[in-house]
Amino acid sequence: MVCESLVKEGVEVIFGILGGALLPLYDTLPHYPQLRHILVRHEQGAAHAADGYARATGKVGVCLATSGPGASNLVTGIANAHLDSVPIVAITGQVARPFIGKDAFQEIDITGITLPITKHNYLVLEAASLPRTFKEAFYLARTGRPGPVLIDLPRDVQIDQAEFHYPSKLNLPSYKPTLQGHPAQVKKAAKLINESQRPVIIAGRGIIISSAYAELKELVEKAQIPVVTTLLGISCFPESHALSYGMIGMHGMAYANFAVDGADLIIAIGMRFDDRATAKVSAFAPHAQVIHIDIDPAEIGKNVRVDVPIVGDAKDVLQKLNKQVVSARHLDWVRQLDDWRRKHPSLVIRDSQGLLPQYVIRQIYEVTKGEAIIVTGVGQNQMWAAQHYYYDKPNSFISSGGLGTMGFELPAAFGAKIGRPDDTVWCIAGDGGFQMTIQELATVVQEKAAVKIAIMDNGFLGMVRQWQELFYRKRYVATPLSGPDFVKIAEAYGLPGLMVKRKEEVVPAIQKAMAEPGPFLVDFKIEPEENVYPMVPPGAALSEVIEEPKQEAKKAKVAADSAKLPVSNI
Amino acid sequence: MIKHTLVALVEDKPGVLNEMASLFRRRGFNIESIAVGHSEVPHLSRMTIVVNGANTVVEQVRKQLDKLIDVVKVSDITGDDIVSRELALIKVKTTPTSRSEIIEMVDIFRANIVDVGADSVTIEVTGDEDKVNSLLSLLRGFGIREITRTGSIAMTRGGVAPPSTEKKSPKTKER
Repeated sequence: MVCESLVKEGVEVIFGILGGALLPLYDTLPHYPQLRHILVRHEQGAAHAADGYARATGKVGVCLATSGPGASNLVTGIANAHLDSVPIVAITGQVARPFIGKDAFQEIDITGITLPITKHNYLVLEAASLPRTFKEAFYLARTGRPGPVLIDLPRDVQIDQAEFHYPSKLNLPSYKPTLQGHPAQVKKAAKLINESQRPVIIAGRGIIISSAYAELKELVEKAQIPVVTTLLGISCFPESHALSYGMIGMHGMAYANFAVDGADLIIAIGMRFDDRATAKVSAFAPHAQVIHIDIDPAEIGKNVRVDVPIVGDAKDVLQKLNKQVVSARHLDWVRQLDDWRRKHPSLVIRDSQGLLPQYVIRQIYEVTKGEAIIVTGVGQNQMWAAQHYYYDKPNSFISSGGLGTMGFELPAAFGAKIGRPDDTVWCIAGDGGFQMTIQELATVVQEKAAVKIAIMDNGFLGMVRQWQELFYRKRYVATPLSGPDFVKIAEAYGLPGLMVKRKEEVVPAIQKAMAEPGPFLVDFKIEPEENVYPMVPPGAALSEVIEEPKQEAKKAKVAADSAKLPVSNI
Repeated sequence: MIKHTLVALVEDKPGVLNEMASLFRRRGFNIESIAVGHSEVPHLSRMTIVVNGANTVVEQVRKQLDKLIDVVKVSDITGDDIVSRELALIKVKTTPTSRSEIIEMVDIFRANIVDVGADSVTIEVTGDEDKVNSLLSLLRGFGIREITRTGSIAMTRGGVAPPSTEKKSPKTKER
């Protein structure tokens, strides 16, 4: 019944680990060759792989874990998907019904545990309700604001027989996501846009989820509105576009942050004003009125005061909005932004004999010609990957934004590669986070998934070390980190690897990785105490951005250098 | 911080109360009272929740409650023209001399005596929270053994339209 339901939902891949409470279900799997089961090495890996798969394909990712520790190991991955609105269905085994609530072997109250981190969850108590439960779960996961749904399956429910009847209709009277933007609100928003002198669009992951790329571009070009993105909004709008000003936030581009600070109108689309994006909320966009377009009414007014809220799907709202927005130029404003970009280039890599991570990322961009899907860990590696790779290809940046889960990178990159086998997938890792889910190298090798791995290896928990350096007087408590020899580890798992210590070895190593048909690992021994800049210190406003101190002296030289972004015609 | 009365229509399923309570717990709200019972629609229950909190935070929690799949609708009816009632059982110590005085008070409050013991009486009182509190404060002098209160249940007055956001006349008190 479970497998039949999965087939009905068009599931192709399941990431999981079996166990006692799932034996009946796994026993039926061989009858369904259309369901590809991938055995991971830790359940957290299953959840992240389903997450990476879902983000890369737009389909619902499925992961499977047994009762007790199997289920609880999924928790981080489920929370990660919850915070980043990723559609996954997690299926867990549960002890047989007569044992529930009796602290039976490998029993855990997983529906209770995941209550606050799932969009919805189910404990199925009779086999007859399985089809309806699966239908609802997949529907809830992918519609409205997507999110994780968990289904807990007692062992004996998996064995029970019932007639399989997959419902064609759903009965969810209380679940009606608002997709259509309210016309009156759209009209108000259009009026504000048409009157604005200094508008800025802040685009988030909602654009990617709703595939509103073309609609966003139309709005931008019609009214000539500069675009900045959130971290998860990266790759929703081509970064080489003349009106793209990169990412905002704590490690956003200085000029992007200045743009938000100086704007008279913020048009926020499919983003939720996360604190890492807004910095000090009370000083966020002080001169601006705010239009907030989001599918989730609970996000409206949560962090930032909103003048015109529009609840709806980004694609629908933008289509309506584009009809009412008049063509405009905003020449002075765009000139001002370009001026900021010239004076505060943010992305210039200084000359250094050492191996700079920014340089490594830039070379990955050059070698892959910007065509790769980049999946990152969390911390410095994530910020460098967000900053120094230019994302023109839609949905080509996958990262753990809300939860900030170190260890996301490898299993998520694996999931992305399984979902999009024809694309090049680069996993950008830190040496800290990589060791948190390193066991998935075995999965990568077993499934022959050609994931290319670049470790930004600085021997530190780098982002925390950076904070210790800047805000805790350089007391490096518990951040120095001795790692293994990653190349030997790779070899032991059965994939080739290279260690890179010098600048001139970077490009050949990336080329070698690309030439390899299967997975490949490159351990980049980067400058150990390199920091991520620009940076807005915690508690400061977006406008109070610190630029790279080492860079200050060279500003004059740098200004000349600043035509680094390829600018396309508009 | 003001007292908010939320009314929710929810699916009559296991776990719903837990889900809702969990959202208040996350913000560190103490739920003053919560009362649940069947509604006019089969399989749907109506809940009345009373919490103390800042307007913006309660509104945020209300939206998050509304998002729960098993929650059909949540309204904050604070400040609306509402009828609210609470039932309390109060066991009061009695002496031969105090008993008649207590009975008199019970009559004034249109409450009932539902049980009489050798040295105590149990009083049943229905009314809005203020009325119950007033009676309680008067009875306190006699010595209270035990109190059980249901918490408020509430609905808006008049037609069935959803409660407006506008402030109407202050809530009517009845004695």
